[in-house]
Amino acid sequence: MRKPEQTSRREFLGLAGGAAVLGAVPIVTVQPVEATQAMLATAIRNVVGEAVVRTGKVKLDVPPLVENGNTVPMTVSVQNPMTANDYVKSIHVFNEKNPQPNVGNFYLGPHAGRAQVSTRIRLADSQKVVAIARLSDDSFWSATVDVVVTLAACTEEVI
Amino acid sequence: MSVSRAIRVAVLLIAADIAASPLAAAEIPQDQRRSGYSFMTPDTQAMQDDDTANPGMLWVLDGEALWNSKAGAAGKACADCHGDARASMKGVAARYPAFDATLGRPVNLEQRINLCRVGHQQAAPLAFESRDLLALTAYLAEQSRGTAIEAGIDPQLEPFVAKGRELFMQRQGQLNLGCANCHDDNWDKRLAGSAITQAHPTGYPLYRLEWQSLGSLQRRLRSCISGIRAQAYDYGAPELVELELYLMSRARGMPIEAPAVRP
Amino acid sequence: MASALINVPKKAKRGDIIEIKTLMSHIMETGYRHTATGEVVPRDIITSFSCRYNGVEIFRADLFPAIAANPFITFFAVATESGKFDFEWIGDKGFTETASASISVE
Repeated sequence: MRKPEQTSRREFLGLAGGAAVLGAVPIVTVQPVEATQAMLATAIRNVVGEAVVRTGKVKLDVPPLVENGNTVPMTVSVQNPMTANDYVKSIHVFNEKNPQPNVGNFYLGPHAGRAQVSTRIRLADSQKVVAIARLSDDSFWSATVDVVVTLAACTEEVI
Repeated sequence: MSVSRAIRVAVLLIAADIAASPLAAAEIPQDQRRSGYSFMTPDTQAMQDDDTANPGMLWVLDGEALWNSKAGAAGKACADCHGDARASMKGVAARYPAFDATLGRPVNLEQRINLCRVGHQQAAPLAFESRDLLALTAYLAEQSRGTAIEAGIDPQLEPFVAKGRELFMQRQGQLNLGCANCHDDNWDKRLAGSAITQAHPTGYPLYRLEWQSLGSLQRRLRSCISGIRAQAYDYGAPELVELELYLMSRARGMPIEAPAVRP
Repeated sequence: MASALINVPKKAKRGDIIEIKTLMSHIMETGYRHTATGEVVPRDIITSFSCRYNGVEIFRADLFPAIAANPFITFFAVATESGKFDFEWIGDKGFTETASASISVE
């Protein structure tokens, strides 16, 4: 069943479409199903199983106020040696409110020298981002940050 | 942009007394001019500063490949006539839009590229906003990085600069706004979550995070004009070229920083 | 025309920890956008990225729609010997791209 605001938005867009469409079919984003806390918890459990996840060792660097949620720079690093016997196996990043809870999984090893990965992510709304690192001894460590995402003043439909 | 957001923007602006006041038409004093770069957060600035991380450089790479590949019935590459772009194209983007004697009016860089393709390479023109045209434009603009803008100096361009200024000043659309309302009179304030810049096109073509792609100045202009709920001119329309020309001459002296990154 | 921007130091000393930066052009269509007529724009993303150093995998990533367009991925590696880094991107609709960079280690 459609949410009322979705229906009315479609109608408005249909009316406005006549003025805005210039040949190409415009692409619009309607409100998708959001990842809930439960989806986030399940996604984390898929990675860690029943193991305890401790806070610490992991540093998650995301700007607290984001200019555009389409491209958010993110750096995740783990304070841990990267020796043959003691290293970071993988880093898993999750989000709270995008349609899907996973962001990326990064697999490292002693060859890495430093457990640090940077990338650019999409955040649909202001939300938490969670990073969980798995060490060579299969222990799990995590960090969480709160990010505020501002939307552009005029979101552009594809012209 | 959705109608609900347009209404919200209108309410914000009415509250800020912009729509009600007469056009202040206060041009920005020369020494207060600032590039859009200075309005961005440090993270976005960092994205622009690092050529190994600037997504716009992907188009520059493509443009370099296109520059060197043969095209059209004449089987010529741009390089066959123009040689190494690093030398021959340095400073070119800084003086566009430029007057075209045959057409008797200004043309922008994209149109110049197409005139060359059709006239000299006997190839089909590239569609506006196509990946190839964006790549070539980005490659050319990058050769002018650091060069001061000098568009609009040619006396033959005077009537077109004046026309562009008129277009910049005129109120239009359902929100009855002129470009100057925001970009001359209210820069450094905010429109919803976004900073209002002075609208100097120093970085075009640029990678806009909102687009998740590189795009031209005309794309940005069309998007702004739609944003104030006016009918946007078609790509390549004389009005858009005149606006581009006015904006570039208004930014005269400021250095090119293409391909820029903007939110 | 997919292109990649790779940044690997040309030279390093044995044991140095070097940063490798990669940028690949790709729309990363999320699969959550709709056209005005209501059809879903199908997902089209890079799903996996890997790096091999002289044939040995040293880094791998699973990417999801939450990774921004034109994926930018940086990571670190210990410079052990001269040779080649081979990069591979694999994604929806049979997308596959490779790139490589050489390094001289003394």
